[in-house]
Amino acid sequence: MSAPNKSYDPVEVEALKPEVVEQARDGAIAAFAAAADLDELKQAKVAHTGDRSPLSLANREIGALPPQAKAAAGKLIGQARGAVNQALAKRQAELEAERDARVLVEEAVDVTLPYGRVPRGARHPLTTLAERIEDTFVAMGYQVASGPEVEAEWLNFDALNLHADHPARSMQDTFFVEAPDGTADSGIVLRTQTSPVQIRAMLAGEPPLYAVSPGRVYRTDELDATHTPVFRQVEAIAVDEGLTFGHLKGTIEVLVEKLIGGGLELRWRPSYFPFTEPSAEIDLQCFVCRGASVGNPDRPCRTCSSEGWIELGGCGVVNPRVLVAAGIDPNRYSGFAFGLGLERILMNRHNVADMRDMVEGDVRFTLPFGMEI
Amino acid sequence: MRVPLSWLREYVDLPAGETGRDVAARLVRAGLEVETVEQLGTDIKGPLVVGEVLSIEELPGFKKPIRHCFVNVGNANGTGEPQEIVCGATNFRVGDKVVVILPGGVLPGPFPISARQTYGRTSAGMICSARELGMGDDHNGIIVLPPEFEAGTDAIELLQLVDEVLDIAVTPDRGYCLSMRGVAREAAAAYGLPLADPALLDVPPANSYGYLVKVADPVGCDRFVARTVTGVNPAAQSPIWLQRRLQKSGIRPISLAVDITNYVMLEVGQPLHAYDRERVDGPIQVRRAADGETLTTLDGVKRKLSAEDLLICDNSGPIGLAGVMGGATTEILEPVYDPETGVVTGSTEIIIEAAHFEPVAIARSAKRHKLPSEASKRFERGVDPEATRAAAQRAVDLLVLIAGGTAEAGVTDIAAPRPVRTITIDAGLPDRVAGAEYGRETVTRRLQEVGCGVVGADVLEVTPPSWRPDLTDPYDLVEEVVRLEGYDNVPARMPITPPGRGLSEAQRFHRRVGVALAGAGYVEINAYPFVGEAAFDGLGLDADDARRRTVKLVNPLNDAEPALRTTLLPGLLGALRRNVGRGNTDLALFETGTVFLPKAEPKVAPRLPVDRRPTEEQLAELDAALPDQPRRVAVALTGERLPSGWWGKGAPSGWADAIEAARTVAAAAGVELTVRQAQYAPWHPGRCAELLVGDEVVGHAGELHPRVIKALHLPERTSAMEIDLDLVFEDGRRVSGPPVSAYPVATQDVALIVDAGVHAADVEAALREGAGELLESLRLFDVFTGEQAGEGKKSLAYTLRFRAADRTLTADEASAARESAVAVAAERTGAVLRGA
Repeated sequence: MSAPNKSYDPVEVEALKPEVVEQARDGAIAAFAAAADLDELKQAKVAHTGDRSPLSLANREIGALPPQAKAAAGKLIGQARGAVNQALAKRQAELEAERDARVLVEEAVDVTLPYGRVPRGARHPLTTLAERIEDTFVAMGYQVASGPEVEAEWLNFDALNLHADHPARSMQDTFFVEAPDGTADSGIVLRTQTSPVQIRAMLAGEPPLYAVSPGRVYRTDELDATHTPVFRQVEAIAVDEGLTFGHLKGTIEVLVEKLIGGGLELRWRPSYFPFTEPSAEIDLQCFVCRGASVGNPDRPCRTCSSEGWIELGGCGVVNPRVLVAAGIDPNRYSGFAFGLGLERILMNRHNVADMRDMVEGDVRFTLPFGMEI
Repeated sequence: MRVPLSWLREYVDLPAGETGRDVAARLVRAGLEVETVEQLGTDIKGPLVVGEVLSIEELPGFKKPIRHCFVNVGNANGTGEPQEIVCGATNFRVGDKVVVILPGGVLPGPFPISARQTYGRTSAGMICSARELGMGDDHNGIIVLPPEFEAGTDAIELLQLVDEVLDIAVTPDRGYCLSMRGVAREAAAAYGLPLADPALLDVPPANSYGYLVKVADPVGCDRFVARTVTGVNPAAQSPIWLQRRLQKSGIRPISLAVDITNYVMLEVGQPLHAYDRERVDGPIQVRRAADGETLTTLDGVKRKLSAEDLLICDNSGPIGLAGVMGGATTEILEPVYDPETGVVTGSTEIIIEAAHFEPVAIARSAKRHKLPSEASKRFERGVDPEATRAAAQRAVDLLVLIAGGTAEAGVTDIAAPRPVRTITIDAGLPDRVAGAEYGRETVTRRLQEVGCGVVGADVLEVTPPSWRPDLTDPYDLVEEVVRLEGYDNVPARMPITPPGRGLSEAQRFHRRVGVALAGAGYVEINAYPFVGEAAFDGLGLDADDARRRTVKLVNPLNDAEPALRTTLLPGLLGALRRNVGRGNTDLALFETGTVFLPKAEPKVAPRLPVDRRPTEEQLAELDAALPDQPRRVAVALTGERLPSGWWGKGAPSGWADAIEAARTVAAAAGVELTVRQAQYAPWHPGRCAELLVGDEVVGHAGELHPRVIKALHLPERTSAMEIDLDLVFEDGRRVSGPPVSAYPVATQDVALIVDAGVHAADVEAALREGAGELLESLRLFDVFTGEQAGEGKKSLAYTLRFRAADRTLTADEASAARESAVAVAAERTGAVLRGA
């Protein structure tokens, strides 16, 4: 800034003449408006608002004016600068918006490109099916129990009222574990059912007992489309005061509704299991054809083989002899139990035609099931 | 048990319009498992008629015998003229009556029949075999009918071709339903109709002049009835109705005497045996076998007997395995036809045996000799001992009727005293067990329908019928009442359960492991646990490797895989290989499951009593005999872990992924995993990590040994991990929430040169210790070897982030911490600052 010039007449200062100031102002506004992009605007900004711009130079002159002239000159310049800055800001915003819009267009991608950079995994559908059933029972107040797959014969057979010569014992083709002497008399088998877990649960504590136990079981069947020597069952047992066959029916109805869906009829067929009496087999009305395929060759049903019913599993009131073997007073307590085959439920519920698919571990079979079933 | 509906109607007057399917539905609800309802004859369309062979001309010059015949079919062909038919069978003569299907008819197949030219002649129809008519598998040429039928008679009705057959899978408790009598009883109860019991026959009382029988083992054989028929015509054949009933029931007609014993067995459920009296030497004796005795059974097999086998003997020794199969020396002779004299010779004096044997003895003999026969199947499940006399009578009657024999007056009936079984049952028990309201009268009525004698009011004294040995305690009776009242009619209700405790920590952990691995891209498989030596050889396990000690099966499905797995790897790698073989090349698989580790000194699991709770000591002994069965998880990887794509290059899977999978499992358990260099089969000796929680080794991971990869035909660089979930799991773990500082972070990088053999984990541990509590995190961002690092050296570059809980760190504080970290690393691992 130059030193005050007391001899100077403000009105004589060229740069502070109103028409000159207005001209500088209008020139700046016109230059901003003419700027086509942010670079040009930046140049115009330097030219019209920088230290060497006409308005800046004019502003410097104010300091040298006599005091009485400063106010008017300051106001003149201030208003001009305000208008210039406003125009600059406006144009700046306009041009930035233009630029942004252009860049976003340029940055557009094809969002339909396939990805899969991080491969997904999956849990086996039999695992998640077992968990779903567990959860249904846990919600009813049951605990989840488990037991060993290599099991004592006493637990797999004897305690379940299947004595050594019981016909049902030869019915289930059992894998026997070799005894130290090389014979089959080890008293140990691969469990043929999850029922020994019932006995373990009963031995573990006093009733009331409400337990569900999924697990792998073994029978000496060759693998084919509908059989596998290693398969899964889920078993439930309830022992309490006053439990009846009716309670068994109610419980299974809840399970079926949760697992398969509501509005399906159940058929209760008398059957025979040494560990329950009365015993029943449960058939579920085919949820695909609802029986319409029976005796109707024009509408065959693959799910139920046109039988109208799907076998669900076996159940019954716990035989008092089983309670006795587990140390439970049959005069005070009663119970019910049932067992379901998970493979069959999976086949029916998810249209799986061949049991081998569940066994072989081909990822193409398992992946679509994902994390939940 | 196959039940022809037409036969069933003989004992129960079922409504006329009732179909096989209707009857099946009723029986199913009463507890008989009707597997199928077979429709017989629906695929046959007439005209199918009796024909009389008028002439036979043998046509020479063909590969097989061909006959051109003229057959009288009465007026069935509309003209009454002889029918011209070409036939390939030779078991008939001029004058024989045969079964002819005429043009326009259809045989099962379907094979529509029309007149055609064949072998240079016209053939207007076909002479049929039993097989072509769907009557059975008998392939002994065409059917030759008895002469009494007139030509032109409809053969569909004559041969009873149209029928329905219920195939019933009989449960072991319902042995009585292995007979028409038993099934009829159930059908009668299901329909509320009376039963015409085929065992209600007039039988002459026992006397002293029947065939001499001595029962030395009245426990094994508590009833023995013998009857004799003489003057039997060996040429007599089973009539069509008898043959047809046998065929429909799945039994092949053989000869009259055998057919009759089979028929009576099907009818009343009592297995019978027929002996040629002229071939039996002296009295019949029933006793246990002596060790070393042998018997050649009807099937021609010479069997070594054991002392437990119950035998039928005569003076010559064993002549039958009681209740299982007869012997060859005394069987009824096959009738032999002498074409010169026209005489048929064969057995003419027949002893019929109807005995009752102890179920367990028969079951054991049948099992021991692998001889499950129609007889043993019934005796095992329990036969009505009171039906013996009627069954023998029925067989005698049929022999007299069909074969013109004479029943001898002698009736042998040896009966051991049989205690009267009664069951005391509270009349309210069925209501309490079912949760229904039947009331005393219904309970009594239903038990009577089953055949029980019932006396009493509030407490009932029930005498089960002789054919129901399965009814032994009150709950057996409850089941009878509830099933006859209908399971469907029991009202459903929900139990009131005590408050649930949810899943246990271990169960939640097991689920978490599966979710974490699947979330990390692994696919779960379930392999069979069967392994053999080859699996261990493939894994390159040493001869004394502990994993070769296995739990073995006596009866494996595959003799090459007689043992249970001691590691999850064989099954998992098998699944990996199968996937690769099917073109799935980028794989990350996992399996959770138990392995089976034999006890150091395997023991036999005791047979405990079942009439009371075993003691704690007994139960402990039981569990101690079982192998250890820890739960494990394993992974296997091959191909790309992260795929390449338009986004850039992917990453192959390798040893580091396998170890990372272990960290994923440890994270699910909330425990800290220590990784240590190790050498352990089947892993690559330089690329194998030992996994520890605390000081305990819980598993291994890394790349597989190249030799293993080659031996198992796996893709190169296949990696795997196996870890013990039981050892990783800690119950009651709880994470403490860490304080989070809001002060700025001070980041410092450090590059260290160490000997190539120094482990990064050791360097990191030293850095952490030296950096002290200001260190928030440490990350290794680069590793390289080569000229810049120096011969035998490697460079490790770390980013260290420092932060204080209560202040902004100064540059000097951060640098001091860094220097301290480097100093400890230098001291512990010989690390030198790069460029220093």
